[in-house]
Amino acid sequence: MPDVMELVYEVSNEDFTRAGEASSDVKRKLKKLGIPSDVIRRVSIALYEGEINMVIHAYGGKVTVTISEEAITMVLADKGPGIPDIDKAMEAGYSTAPDNVRNLGFGAGMGLPNMKKNSDEMNIETQIGVGTTVTMTVKL
Amino acid sequence: MKVSDICSNKDFKLLTKDFEDREISKPFCCDLLSIAMGKAPAGSCWVTVMANANTLAVATLTDVSCIVIAEGISFDDALIDKANEEDIIVFSTSLPVYDAAAIVGAGL
Repeated sequence: MPDVMELVYEVSNEDFTRAGEASSDVKRKLKKLGIPSDVIRRVSIALYEGEINMVIHAYGGKVTVTISEEAITMVLADKGPGIPDIDKAMEAGYSTAPDNVRNLGFGAGMGLPNMKKNSDEMNIETQIGVGTTVTMTVKL
Repeated sequence: MKVSDICSNKDFKLLTKDFEDREISKPFCCDLLSIAMGKAPAGSCWVTVMANANTLAVATLTDVSCIVIAEGISFDDALIDKANEEDIIVFSTSLPVYDAAAIVGAGL
């Protein structure tokens, strides 16, 4: 295994059936690398929630996953509307998701809290009208 | 209780292909994928009425042992194909969510 492995995925806009492709692929690759299953589960959940957020709120975006010997770092960058109030968005149960998303079983306001819970570090950079970049790290 | 034990109950119908048998850790009931994503225990038998492609994605990522689609909710062929591709075991039952989960729980 090289010291650092980088995986890049495009998350398409409004395509719920494809959301999860990046996280599924990352899960498969981590399994092949022999990463512990609890780490894989946390990475998969955090990344899938992030992907879903990008589809719901930000017309898709780009996911970059870096795997090193110390940690798995996920950077989710979008050119969406930005998050006006991050504290509010971090509250469990607070949601701005539309009804069509709720009908699919999402939009309960658990995405960002789940992402935080499953990562060791999470940082959100957001600018209204420009986009949001969420960086999550899971330590090995 | 193992996943194969569910096959022997006439109230449950296996929708997906033959599978590698696995121990069930516990039943888990939830229809909100946002919650299931964070809470479904690895190895659990997930009983839900939410039958769409995202249900399969959540099942894969949380590593549940199988899904039971309750209340006779339909699970179309495209979803069955996708489940087979991803090696996800899916059962259907006409039972309500609680009754289905109680049968699985009683077998543990």
